[in-house]
Amino acid sequence: MITASAYTFKILRADRKKPDDTPRFQTYRVKVIPGLTVLGVLNRIRDEIDGTLSFRSSCRSAVCGSCAMVINGRIDLACRTQVASFGTNTIILEPLPNMEIVKDLVVDMTPFWKMYETVKPWLIRKSTDPEKEIAQSEEERSRIDQFINCILCACCYGACPVIARDPEYLGPAALAKLERFVLDSRDERPDILLDDVNNERGVWGCDTVLKCIEACPKDVRPTDSIVGLRKALVGKKVRRLFGTKK
Amino acid sequence: MMTVSHDVVIVGGGLAGLRAAVGLCRKYDVALLSKVHPIRSHSIAAQGGINAALANNPDSRDDTWEKHTFDTVKGSDYLADQDAVEIMCREAPGIVYEMEHWGCPFSRFPDGSIAQRPFGGAGYPRTCYSTDLTGHVLLNTLYERAVMMGVTVYPEWYVTALATDDGVCHGVVAFDLMNGQIVPIAAKATIFATGGYGRVYFYSTNALINTGSGIGIAYKAGVPLKDMEFVQFHPTGLIGTNILMTEACRGEGGYLVNNKGERFMEKYAPKAMELAPRDIVSRSIQTEINEDRYFEHPLGKYIKLDLTHLGEKKILAKLPGIRKICLDFIGIDPILEPIPIMPCQHYSMGGIDTNARTATEVQGFFAAGECACVSVHGGNRLGGNSLLETIVFGKIAAGAIDEYLSSGAAVPKEKIVIRRAGDLEARIAALVSGGTEKTFVLHGELAKTMSANVGIFRQRTETEKALEEIGRIKERYRNVGISSPSRHMNYELMNAIELEYMLDVAHTIALGAFLREESRGAHFRTDFPKRDDEKWLKHTIARMADGTNPDISFRDVSITRYKPMERVY
Repeated sequence: MITASAYTFKILRADRKKPDDTPRFQTYRVKVIPGLTVLGVLNRIRDEIDGTLSFRSSCRSAVCGSCAMVINGRIDLACRTQVASFGTNTIILEPLPNMEIVKDLVVDMTPFWKMYETVKPWLIRKSTDPEKEIAQSEEERSRIDQFINCILCACCYGACPVIARDPEYLGPAALAKLERFVLDSRDERPDILLDDVNNERGVWGCDTVLKCIEACPKDVRPTDSIVGLRKALVGKKVRRLFGTKK
Repeated sequence: MMTVSHDVVIVGGGLAGLRAAVGLCRKYDVALLSKVHPIRSHSIAAQGGINAALANNPDSRDDTWEKHTFDTVKGSDYLADQDAVEIMCREAPGIVYEMEHWGCPFSRFPDGSIAQRPFGGAGYPRTCYSTDLTGHVLLNTLYERAVMMGVTVYPEWYVTALATDDGVCHGVVAFDLMNGQIVPIAAKATIFATGGYGRVYFYSTNALINTGSGIGIAYKAGVPLKDMEFVQFHPTGLIGTNILMTEACRGEGGYLVNNKGERFMEKYAPKAMELAPRDIVSRSIQTEINEDRYFEHPLGKYIKLDLTHLGEKKILAKLPGIRKICLDFIGIDPILEPIPIMPCQHYSMGGIDTNARTATEVQGFFAAGECACVSVHGGNRLGGNSLLETIVFGKIAAGAIDEYLSSGAAVPKEKIVIRRAGDLEARIAALVSGGTEKTFVLHGELAKTMSANVGIFRQRTETEKALEEIGRIKERYRNVGISSPSRHMNYELMNAIELEYMLDVAHTIALGAFLREESRGAHFRTDFPKRDDEKWLKHTIARMADGTNPDISFRDVSITRYKPMERVY
């Protein structure tokens, strides 16, 4: 037998189109069966209680990155968070920080995508491509393993204290994406592209307080990428000073 | 009303749509509309791989595209159009190399070549992969390419209607979710890459966005649909959530086990075992469940997918995503315990009727990917062929549209698009002042009737029941209301609009299943358990006739080299 327990959900309601209304928490009481996820409850609230509630969702299996939000103070994907995992029957839901609220739990991710595009997130080649695949050893491929797992959900972007005080900062996801290409044995991006992040807006802006690692639902460690890029930049500077080659 | 115009409008930001956009954006003014940000598209969830006869695997040195073609045709139960399958399989190696050159991080063999694994129904290990995240890496790669090339994207713009008139397409009516505005978009060429209809079923591996509304929108605009009764049920959906457990689990050596501890596939496919095609494995699992050789879970009856003998190292290296999903969603570590699975709806073989150049009967309207039916999958799709289809036919669509535009396409009539936008305005007004019926209630009833009556095993009385039920839900749909007139980020409104199309899509599936009195591929009729080539070696074509009922006709299958034989695995 499955028995349902009573939960109280407090969800932040806000609307960019109604700037005069201050954001407020709205309370919903629902019965929850074991195993139900926060996304499962959100869908039920929108269906059965309040059709005006807005939130994003799609894959419900933690791969599409749509449903990042703050759940009882912790940033995570609503679809992979079990309601019963908090040891309390009150669940508070808020939109991701560091971005403007469009409506309720939906934020405007334009700045996040702008930062992503800034780092030129694509494979850059100078050599002519071979007829078949560009050879890559298993070891070379494994260097980019963790960065490939990024689903661009912006959990890290919402958790980053640097973005909170400096919206010009590129942020963890964009820098992790850059490192994914820098570490790719097939990528031939000119050094000058790294200079674009050799500043406080880029790799030197990071506080290395690891909030992004804590927030990542896919076990990516964006701080590793930032440290890796710093090392690459310092190495390049040393080579330039001493005139040594790579 | 603001109107927009482009040379080409692409609807859908998954693999097929992005590949078409990348192929067209340098030469034409292209706009890509997607109801979610493109990177959230359901292509992202594909796990196991993409088929191409690269012959990289030491066990596949003599693999060829012709052998890939044969496997695909046999897997389709001879319903696929063989000329189209030849095109797809011949293009496959080039497509995989192109994606690799664009940065796709495929897993590698020790010699540095793209790794390939065995998959169901394939004579050779030809499925190229990136661990168990192949869709994720392919979608990221194509999106990166689209960003590099500056493709114009309208993210979270939902298309509600196709503006056709007299056999010509003039564009689409779009709804900008973020701003809540209706925008008519005129275009010389329109392509739908809107994905499948999994959410018409109650048990589905599909994302919540996979309503199939694109297919329903085309159908309502007069474009015929093809082979809608062919619905793929994936053998291994996680119990409860129905999240996909990739075929690669079995490709890497996983077993299916019943409550007697038997690897029961030896009864059904003694040679191929767990790697028989999906239709056969799903029926085998369902038979084991129906004959009481199942396990019990509070969430339902299940069969075990056992990976434990593969060992920690192999699971972490080849199936890390599966392990993480199991840990996150059911608290099971597949290194230590078998995974509880059941078959559930997974893929739409049928869809918008296109030719092998992605063109439809309507001038200026094209379709590619899961929403389209070329047909390269016929009665049953092989694992690893859907990612392939999206990219191959996305690319072919770009070429076909280029030809169409450079040979003097019709000038789109803005007036017609604006008129259709007016229809949406009226529709929304009706929903706002609407009745007491709720979208989610009707959707739930539709999905339950489809899973119960048009599932893995079908029979006349059940399909009749489904048709009656769909008719009743359609009646009730006329009385649907929504709670708020506010238009921006109003998902309740979008769901209500989409349900109309879901009902039409379900109607064509159930009617096709009712009419086809044979068993072929994924369509299994217990009252007609044999394939009947004499009567039924043909495609089902469904057209919207009187605004309510589909008008059904049939079309011959294109057969080039492979005469239909009995399918034994």
